[in-house]
Order: sequence, then C-alpha cells, then structure tokens
Amino acid sequence: MSEDNSAQEVGPGSTAPEPAKSGGKPPMSKERKQQARRRVLRTILLTGGVLGAAISGYLPLAYAQKQRLRPPGALDEKDFLSSCIKCGQCVQVCPVQAIKLADLVDGFGVGVPYIDARAQACDFSCDAVQCILACPTGSLTYHKPEFLPVRPGAALAAKPILIAKEKDPEPTLNMHERIGVARLTRPESCLAIQGKGFKGQARGPNFKGEMRYMDVDRWKPIKIADHPYDVPECDLCVRECPIKGAISIETVFAPNGTQRKSPVVHEPCVGCGVCEMICPVEPAAIEIVSREVWRS
Amino acid sequence: MSAGLKRRFWDQIKVMLGRDPSRPIVAEIAPQAQVMHHYKRGNRDLIAEKLHARAHAEHKNTWRNRRWITLILANLLFVISFQFDIQILEGALTASRLIGFHAVDLNSGLQVILAHKHIIVNLVIGMTTMLVFWMLFGGRAFCSWLCPYHLLAEWAEKIHLYLVKKKLVTDQPMDRRLRSVFWLIFALLALLTGYTVYESISPTGILSRALIYGPGLALLWVAALLVFEVFFSRRAWCRYACPIGLTYGVVGILSPLRILYRLEGCFHEGDCRKVCLVPHVLDTVIKGRAVGAEVPIGPDCTRCGLCVDTCPTGSLKFDVKGLSKLM
Repeated sequence: MSEDNSAQEVGPGSTAPEPAKSGGKPPMSKERKQQARRRVLRTILLTGGVLGAAISGYLPLAYAQKQRLRPPGALDEKDFLSSCIKCGQCVQVCPVQAIKLADLVDGFGVGVPYIDARAQACDFSCDAVQCILACPTGSLTYHKPEFLPVRPGAALAAKPILIAKEKDPEPTLNMHERIGVARLTRPESCLAIQGKGFKGQARGPNFKGEMRYMDVDRWKPIKIADHPYDVPECDLCVRECPIKGAISIETVFAPNGTQRKSPVVHEPCVGCGVCEMICPVEPAAIEIVSREVWRS
Repeated sequence: MSAGLKRRFWDQIKVMLGRDPSRPIVAEIAPQAQVMHHYKRGNRDLIAEKLHARAHAEHKNTWRNRRWITLILANLLFVISFQFDIQILEGALTASRLIGFHAVDLNSGLQVILAHKHIIVNLVIGMTTMLVFWMLFGGRAFCSWLCPYHLLAEWAEKIHLYLVKKKLVTDQPMDRRLRSVFWLIFALLALLTGYTVYESISPTGILSRALIYGPGLALLWVAALLVFEVFFSRRAWCRYACPIGLTYGVVGILSPLRILYRLEGCFHEGDCRKVCLVPHVLDTVIKGRAVGAEVPIGPDCTRCGLCVDTCPTGSLKFDVKGLSKLM
C-alpha cells in the first residue's frame, strides 16, 4: 500500500476546511468541497443529538410529581443535584442498604442517591449517619455551609436523640435538618385508629427490608420478616421509631366527636421513614412527605 | 529543545483542541533529521528492506493485553470492593476512596465545582491527588487504561472496521473541534443551570455505576452511542465528544510518560495511524514531517500502546522523559 493512500485513509479531520487559511493553499476540488460540507452537516447533527440528549435530562425534573426522599444530611434538592458527584459511596456504607441510585428516568438526577422508605427505610443502625461521612462533595453534610439558607421548619429544634443509643454518653445524631416529615396520609386504614391489634410479620414473609432490633443485636440488622409481632393494639410505628419523642399514640377526637386512639407525629421527626416501612397495612397508613417542613 | 520541537509542542496543544496538524517548515527540521529524510528519499535498498520487514512482521498484542488487564482489574476492584465489602477501592470512577484516600475524577470534580459554586476540602484533596497522578502517568492514559467505555468502544470499533472492510458501512468523520466546543458548552451548562448536565450522559460514569451498583436504563444511552460508532462514525464519542478526554489531555501536556517516535528505522507505512484512536498525533510519522530524530507524541495521545504493538520496526516506544539521561 502506498504512503499516499494510507495518509488519506487515516485521520478524521485531516481534510478539514479552514477558510481563514485557505489563502495559501491550492483551491479545493468540487468533490472535496462537498465532502467538507457534508462533514460540517454531520458535525452539527452530532452536536444537536448529544446536546438534545443532555438537555432532555431536565424534563424529569420539570415534570416530577413527587420529590425523592434523599439520604440524611442532604442539601436542598437543587443544591443536592448540583453537588452530588454520583459515586455511590453513601450506598456502600449503609448497613441496611437503604440508599439506592436513581436511573435514567430521573434525568439530571441519574446516579443520585435516594431512599424508598416503604421498601427499606433508614433506621440509623449505623449510629453515626455514615452516608454523610462517606460523601466526598458535601452533598450530604453535617453542617450546611453558611451561604445556603435553611428553609423555615426544616431545622430541627434540637439534635435528635437516637433511642438505640440513649444510654451512650452521646445519645444524639449529628443532624440539624429533617429530610421529611411523617404524615398519617390514610387514617381510615390505620389499625390503631380502628382499635385493632396486629399479629404476625409486619410486612409478610417475603419482605426483604431489614432493621436493627436492640434486643436482638445492636450491630447486626435482621430482616423484619424474622421478627414477628403480637400486639393487642397496633403501635408498630411508635414502637419502632428510632428517634426519641418523634411519634406517639394519643387519644384524639374523631370528626364525629367520639374519642379514639391515633398515632401523632411530633416535632423531633426527622423523616427517616421507619414508620412507613413497618406499617402493616397495604398501602401504608403513614408515609414520609419528603422535603416537608415542620408546621405546628 | 530545538526550535522545531518547541513549535511542535505548542502546535500539538492546538491539534488537541481540534486544529489540523501542519507541515513543518524545512528550516525547523533538525539537521540530523534532514539527513535521515534525505537518505530515505527514493532509496531502493530501503524499499527492499521494507518489503522484507513487512513479510516477516509478526503481530503483537503485548501492550494491548497489559492495558486490557489493567482496565478490567481496576474496574473489577471497584466491583469487588463493594460486593465483598473489602473496602480497597470504594465508590465509582467519578469519585472514590483508595484505601481511605480520596480520589476524584478531574472532569466530574470540575463539573460539580462549576455547578455548585462551592468547594469543599475533600473534593480538593481528591482532585489534587488525581491531578498529580495523571500528570505523572500520562493524562489521557486515563482513557485507555481505566475508562470502561473505552474498552467497549474498542470492541465496537473492531466490528465497525470489519463492516468497513466488507464495504457495508463507511466511516463518517466529524470536525474534531467539536470536542472543545462540547467541553465549553458543558462547562457553561454546569455554571449556568447549576446542574452537572454532562454527568447525566457521561458513558464513563454510567458504565462505572452500572458495573458496581447494577445495570439500569441509562445503559440504553451507552448502547446507542456504541451502535452509532459501529454503523456510522468510528470511535465518535472518544474522538469528537468526550470532555473527559480533553480534561485529561490538558493534564497530560507536561507528563513525562509518553510515546517517543524515532525517525531512523521508520518505513513511513502508516500502520500506526490506522490503529490509532487519535491519528492526528501521529502526523510526525508521515514521510518528511519529523522535525527531529526523536519526536515525542503530543498530549492528545492516550498512551494505549496500539502503535507500539503495530510498528514493525520498533520506531514507536513508550518513554519516560529524562529517564534515559538519568540511567
């Protein structure tokens, strides 16, 4: 094969037209000109294609019905998306695998961590909010930088006390803002309100979710399916809530004036989602509203 | 450094940004190289020697195999660190911890800084570590020795070249300046929108996460890119689009690890340019173009070693700047 031939075959861009310099060069043949024109067209098409694909990532954000529940210590949604480097180190340290990475349907949020509380909530079995510790970019942070404002009602009145380490010298979690608030979204299906008890596996035999039970093992979470309940009046959400004073069963007045029992959420609620995960009715009577703030 | 090499150094940076390589003027070619060029012109003995060498050339895959093993092992280390909880290399290619030390991909780190407009210590530590590492180990070596998309694209390229040989498809080259334009656009998009827009389509990040955390729909985008490269444009993503490549290219400008071209034994057959991802860096091997007896290959080179494997005369070799003087 001759040198000329190989030189021609090689090299994208080896025949690029440069109008600014064409003065010194011999004029291009018609065929060359046409080739160059086609290449410009192709290049523009590729530019459009790639940019189109990139920008389309905005659509899922614009049309999102519901915000994702983010891991503890997450910055506000916009800042969270801009600062997350999508490495999944938070996923790797979580002892109950509560954190998942979002897929293509999340657009710009692809690869960004979220928690599906109903499937697996964060129960703080790591004691120290390990995901925050693992984050290399400050997307999850113990202390929000000063230039980022705290939404009213997002700040916790006091550092939350983790019931599991209540007897430790330092019983609190290093969290200053809630990631959401639990709401009794379907009171009509709540067993406590109906005055019913609950017996059996909270979420059935096939549920894969895990939780730490202090009376079983402080450092080893077990499957919820392996920890059946038998309670005369259902109070699983209160019983398993990891945060002190975040929820309790109270006697309240029903709309028709009669008295009844009901779970009531209080200010210390951080929005971890354990109540939503453990709620034995389907769909859950209590749910986390992500990014929700405390309204008294 | 001779005037020719000095000019070439700057010229190769412009070539990396997308300009076409230019022919050197004769005055800038070192006298020693001029003698070699002259000797090669119309030399019948040389032609006979060339034909002989070609007939006996054996195809090696030494560097390619080393590279593939490195690339696969490195990506596997991410996977097993998580799957078996051995904590050697935690995270993904975008950001990780190597035995506890932060490592942050330079392009991803840059995107985050531009989008978030706030820099935290861990990010700077991780980026500095990687900056020093890749400055030492050849900038775009990241692409060919670590990036999982590079490996898939190499396989796709084999299919593409087979189809080209069968005359079923033709390579549709694009304007190489596009990559620099993309780099700027994605930097601006991050700055203006506050989202790390590029990260949502980066095949490097998508593949790395898919390997470690399990596959997802995002792989469809990677598949689309590969299909495009197989049927339409050879290695299009790495050549014309990927801003990561340009970032590491800039990092590797002063890298001591590079490919060194030795003019003397070269037959100017251009085999190296045919296997190269970035043939514009090998313009110096064209007959009469070398400005010195030894010419270092420019920063857009990914140090993949395919040319080293292919060269029948050993005229292209890995080299560490200054090492030969030290020894």
